[in-house]
Amino acid sequence: MDMNEIKEIFFQECEEQLAELESGLLKLNDGDRDPETVNAVFRAVHSIKGGAGAFGLDDLVSFAHVFETTLDCVRSNRLEPTQDVLKVMLRSADVLADLTNAARDGGSVDGARSRQLITELEALANGELPQPAAEAVKAAPVAEAPRPAVNEEGFQPVAFSFDEFEASEPPTIEPSTFEIVFKPKSELYSKGNDATLLLRDLSRLGEMSIHCDMDELPALDRMNPEAAYFSWKISLKTDKGEDAIRAVFEFAEWDCELDVALAGDASAGAGEELPMQPVPFDLSLLDEEAPAAVAEDEDQSAEQPRDLNDAAVSAAATASNILQMAQTAARAPAETAKTAGPAPVTAAQAAGQQGASAATPTIRVDLDRVDRLINLVGELVINQAMLSQSVIENDTNGTSSINMGLEELQQLTREIQDSVMAIRAQPVKPVFQRMSRIVREIADMTGKSVRLVTEGENTEVDKTVIDKLAEPLTHMIRNAVDHGLETPEKRVAAGKNPEGTVRLTAKHRSGRIVIELADDGAGINREKVRQKAIDNDLIAADANLSDEETDNLIFHAGFSTADKISDISGRGVGMDVVKRSIQALGGRINISSRPGQGSIFTMSLPLTLAVLDGMVVTVANQTLVVPLTAIVETLQPEASAIHSFGASQRLISIRNSFCPLVDVGRILNFRATQANPVEGVALLVESEGGGQRALMVDAIQGQRQVVIKSLEANYTHVPGIAAATILGDGRVALILDVDAIVAASRGQSLKPEMTLAAAG
Amino acid sequence: MKKRVLTVDDSRTIRNMLLVTLNNAGFETIQAEDGVEGLEVLESANPDVIVTDINMPRLDGFGFIEGVRKNDRYRAVPILVLTTESDAEKKNRARQAGATGWIVKPFDPTKLIDAIERVTA
Repeated sequence: MDMNEIKEIFFQECEEQLAELESGLLKLNDGDRDPETVNAVFRAVHSIKGGAGAFGLDDLVSFAHVFETTLDCVRSNRLEPTQDVLKVMLRSADVLADLTNAARDGGSVDGARSRQLITELEALANGELPQPAAEAVKAAPVAEAPRPAVNEEGFQPVAFSFDEFEASEPPTIEPSTFEIVFKPKSELYSKGNDATLLLRDLSRLGEMSIHCDMDELPALDRMNPEAAYFSWKISLKTDKGEDAIRAVFEFAEWDCELDVALAGDASAGAGEELPMQPVPFDLSLLDEEAPAAVAEDEDQSAEQPRDLNDAAVSAAATASNILQMAQTAARAPAETAKTAGPAPVTAAQAAGQQGASAATPTIRVDLDRVDRLINLVGELVINQAMLSQSVIENDTNGTSSINMGLEELQQLTREIQDSVMAIRAQPVKPVFQRMSRIVREIADMTGKSVRLVTEGENTEVDKTVIDKLAEPLTHMIRNAVDHGLETPEKRVAAGKNPEGTVRLTAKHRSGRIVIELADDGAGINREKVRQKAIDNDLIAADANLSDEETDNLIFHAGFSTADKISDISGRGVGMDVVKRSIQALGGRINISSRPGQGSIFTMSLPLTLAVLDGMVVTVANQTLVVPLTAIVETLQPEASAIHSFGASQRLISIRNSFCPLVDVGRILNFRATQANPVEGVALLVESEGGGQRALMVDAIQGQRQVVIKSLEANYTHVPGIAAATILGDGRVALILDVDAIVAASRGQSLKPEMTLAAAG
Repeated sequence: MKKRVLTVDDSRTIRNMLLVTLNNAGFETIQAEDGVEGLEVLESANPDVIVTDINMPRLDGFGFIEGVRKNDRYRAVPILVLTTESDAEKKNRARQAGATGWIVKPFDPTKLIDAIERVTA
C-alpha cells in the first residue's frame, strides 16, 4: 500500500464521516440531545481533520479545526444547539464537503463562503448568538478580534501550533555544561516511562557523567518494588541548549523533579517551576495512595494491583508519621488534578452507552467482484433454464426424479439470485441525505423557508439504481422548492405555515421501489401550463385535456412554467429529462397536483436492473419479452370488440371503454400490414402517462424471470426495445420498451432508420 | 526480535498510515478500531508499546489507557497518545489517565518512530 492508496481510503472515509456528520446534525436539529450524537458529530469532523493534516490539506484542516472547536463547545454544553446554531453547522458541513471534494478532485471552492462560515463558527464558539447571514458578512473583519481570554471553565485558550516539535529544535549554541538533578516519582514508572531510557536519550546530547543517589533506598523488607527511590545528578556537556535537555524529559516532566542549571550558576534551580513544591521527605515510596491519578482510579475499581507491595504497606503502617507527611505531599498534585477530576467518570459513562449500540459487522467488497458474481448467477439462471428445456424436450416418459431434481435446482437458483441481489441492495439513505443539502441551498437562494422530511430512508434498492437516482431526484427537489413552494409572504397570505414542507418518501410496493416527492406548495397552475403548451405548439388551442393530462404536459421536452429561466431549476433541463432518466431505469413517473395544496411526484422503479419478470410473447415469429410490471391484464379480443377509427387506427372496447389497439409487429416493422386482432392476444398496458393501450401480440408463451443483457453495450440502441435476454433454448429475445411503443403508436413513430428485422 | 506495537484508532486512514509506517520501520503491528477492541486484543497482541487515538467511539483513548493501566500484566507498557489535540488540557487528561507520551498530529512517520524509540528499550 502506498500513500496514494491511503489517500483514496481517506477520501472514502471522509464521505462516510460527512454523511455521519450531516445525519447527526439533522438529528440534533430534530431535538435529539443524546450526548453520543454530539460525540459522533464531533468525531466525524475530528477524523477528517486528522486525516487531512496528514496529507497537508491545509484548507480542509483549518476549516475543520474551527468547526471542531465550535462543536466542542456544544459537546461540553457551553453552546446550546439551537436551530439557528444548527443552521450554521449544517452549512458548515456543506462547506466541509465542498472542501473535501476540492481536495480530491482539484477545483476551487467558494472562498468567501467558507471564510464567512469560519467567522460565524468562531462567533458561536465565543458565545455570540448567530446573526443573519448578511450582517455576518459585514461583521467578518472585526469578529476575529474579541475572544474571551478565559472561558467559564477557567481554561485559557491555548495557541495551537502544528510546529510544536520543530519549535523545540535547538539553536546551535556554544557547548556548555549543565548540572541536572533528576528525581523520578513512582508515577513516572507507572505511566510506562523509564529513567534508564531518559538517561539514554540524555546521553545522546553530549558528554555526560552521572552520579546516582541511592540514599533513600530503604531496607529490602521495607522496599516497595514499584516505587522510585533513586535520584541522579548529571553533568552534561552539550551544545544543544537547555531546551533540548528539557525536551528529553517532555513526557516525564510532571512525574519527576527536574532541575536543569548551567554549571557554576548558583542562582538557577532555586526558582525552577517544579510541578510540585519540593517536599523534604517526599517518601512516595511508602504511601499507598499518593499519586493523584491512581487514587482516582481507585474510586472506580478496587482491583488495583496492590498485592505486590504488601510488605511495603505493613512497613508503612509502622512508620505512620512518615506516611502522614507523604500524604500531605500528595495533596498538592491532587489539587491540580481537580479540574480534570470528573473525566474518568465521563469516559466510563460514554463507554457504557456506546457499548449498547454495537453495529452489525460488515465487510467491504469491491463492487466489481459483486458484479462478476451477479453476472455469473445470471448465466447460471439461463443455463438452468436451458437445461430444463432440453430435459422437457427429450424426456418423453417424464422421469420424475430428474424433474424433481430440476425443480429443486430451479428453486435454488432463484434463491441464489435473490441473495446475490441483496448484496448489492443498499438503503436510499445516502441519496436522501444529499437532498437535504440541495434543499438548504435552494432555500437560501430563493429566500424560501423549507423543511425537508424524509421517510423510509432505509428502503433498499440495487446500488446501480441508487447511483442513477441522485440526478433526477436533485432536479425534482429543485423544482419542488423553486416552482412548487410559494414565498413565505404568499404562504402566510394563503393561511399556510410560512415554512414550506417537502416530503421525500421511499417504500417498497409489489416488487418495486416507489419514491414520492410531495410539496405543500401552490400546486400546478393548470391555466399557465395549458397556455404554455399552446404557445409551444404542444397541444392545439382547443384541445380538451383532463387535469391529469394537463399536469403531465410538464414532462414534455422544452417545457418550463417559470416565466424566466431561473438560476436554480432552469439550467436548460426540464422535467422531460427527469422523465427520460427515470424511464432509462425502467421506471415510471407520475404527477398529481391539487391547486393550493401542492403536488406529488411519484416514481416507481425496479429494485434491480439485472433481472426482470417478463411475459414471453410471439410477434411475427419473433420472441419478445414484455415487462410484467407494465401489463395490467391480457385478453382475447373478439371481433365485435374491435372498432376501426380513422384511416388506420383501431380501438378495442373493454368493459364499455375504448382503448387504442397497437399492433406491436407493425410498430416494430416486423410486418408490413396489421395483423388480425382476433387471431392474437391483447396485452392491456399502462404507460407512465397514465393512459392505457392494448398491445397486440400473436401469442403468449409464458411468464418467466429473465436476465437483462444490455443491448447498448453489446449491439446498439434500438428504438422500441429496452434490452435483450437469452432464453432457455439459447436464443436471444428482445425486451420491449412499452413506453416507447405506446409513444410511437401516438403518431410519433419510431425512427425510420430502425430495421428491427436485422436485430431480431 | 521485532517489537510489537498495538495501535488503536477509529480512522481507517490513520490505521493504514500507522500500519505502513510501522511495518516499514520494522515493527510488528496489531490494530484495533476503538478502546473496547483495544482492550479485547491486548492479551493476544502482547504489545511492547501502544499507540492510541483519543476520540473514538465506544471507549475513548482516556478510558482505554485506564483500562490498560489496570491490567496487571500490561500496566507498565508505554502508551503513546496520537491525537490532534495539542492543547494542554487534553495532554494532561491523557497523562492523568496514564499515558506515557504523546505524538501531535498531523501524522508524521519520523515523529512517530522517534517517539516510539524514546519510550522503548
